[in-house]
Amino acid sequence: MLKHRVIPCLLLRNRGLVKTLRFKNPRYVGDPINVVRIFNEKEVDELMVLDIMASKVPCEPDYEMIERIAGECFMPLCYGGGVRTVEQARRLFALGVEKICLQTAALHDISIITELADRFGSQAVVVSVDIKRNWRGLPQLYAAASGKTLRRHWLDYLHSAVSAGAGEVLLNSVDRDGTMSGMDLDLIRRAATELSVPLVAVGGVGSLTDIKAATDAGASAVAAGAFFVFHGPHRAVLISYPRYQELEDLWKQQ
Amino acid sequence: MIVIPKLPLGNFASILKVIDKCGGYAELITSPILLRKADKIILAGVGAFDYGMTSINSMWREELENAVLVRRIPILGICLGMQLMCKSSEEGHLPGLGWIDAKVRRFSWSSNLNLKLPHMGWNTVKIVKSNPLLEIGNDEQRFYFVHSYHVVCNNPRDVLATAHYGYDFTAAINHENIFGVQFHPEKSHRFGIRLISNFLRL
Repeated sequence: MLKHRVIPCLLLRNRGLVKTLRFKNPRYVGDPINVVRIFNEKEVDELMVLDIMASKVPCEPDYEMIERIAGECFMPLCYGGGVRTVEQARRLFALGVEKICLQTAALHDISIITELADRFGSQAVVVSVDIKRNWRGLPQLYAAASGKTLRRHWLDYLHSAVSAGAGEVLLNSVDRDGTMSGMDLDLIRRAATELSVPLVAVGGVGSLTDIKAATDAGASAVAAGAFFVFHGPHRAVLISYPRYQELEDLWKQQ
Repeated sequence: MIVIPKLPLGNFASILKVIDKCGGYAELITSPILLRKADKIILAGVGAFDYGMTSINSMWREELENAVLVRRIPILGICLGMQLMCKSSEEGHLPGLGWIDAKVRRFSWSSNLNLKLPHMGWNTVKIVKSNPLLEIGNDEQRFYFVHSYHVVCNNPRDVLATAHYGYDFTAAINHENIFGVQFHPEKSHRFGIRLISNFLRL
């Protein structure tokens, strides 16, 4: 049987790994290479590395760092941050990256998704969508690079991204980011029912039960940051990942 | 020496890395004549079937067939590389290499299973024939898959392993010196490292 993927999502900022809280207050959690090496030893299903500065500055992806990260990964690696052109993508794939995650460039011009998908295949193109709920609790599309909510309907945008060729959707809840308070299941359910491609849900995982709830809501895969890098009530940095058998038992639960 | 023809698309960095991890040495080649000094070949690629075949037909075919069909050195096809070894694919119009008596079909389910494509992620494989690549052991073997098309062998004896996605499909094949795997051993932790080590020992 195909397993649901459980994916550590690591945030890169100025050559260090950080973890944010609701997209703010990046806190240093460690050296990227060390952390990636630990996750490789723990045999994680897949790894996602997002450079949270590259689109803000904006600057080029840190190719040297990405190559070193890819060199430690004996599992699929998804990279996101600052990718705007086919040439940048080609360079990243040549370094050993499997998938490229797009947000800012795709919000600006959705044809970048098509260009990458035509050239490298849909399986290699992930569209990242950040959702922030407004004061009435309505989900709104959020642009992480500018920190602004957008007027476009989030589900319409998801549909257009998938039609453009995105092979996977990374759905992030800004309000849950780093809180470890549980995922936005309503959002996951709505996106999963509408989409024909795998959905990776992220934002709010604080327990294995949260992961199970997200897959029950229709997510193909669940990503988490804080849950895999923090430990205990004081959020001490400790890299962890569930053992294979723990996940197997989790999927069997009704 | 192991050589890897550099098809237009493929994650060659990861394959070179896993071979290195296994203590082997491989060369990514852009000139077909280098296939003459190969003692093993890895045919790896991603992307569309016709795109892969166009590249093979335009420069690689003659030297590849010389190595595989005349010199009969071991070759391992990975993902699209495995599919290119078959006779045809529903994904494209061009004929495949035709080394394996098989067709490539798109996943399709009669019932309303609501499964997503591509089949992406970790799946376990069932070994259906004893073989040097995938040892039959007590522990479950799992591999990373990303594909929407799968191989259907006309000769069941060519099937080494199957996996399940809506139905059982062919995950690994072998005919004489020709091996193929649908999954990505270079992305499958110790399971893939073991498989590549086994291939290096052939």
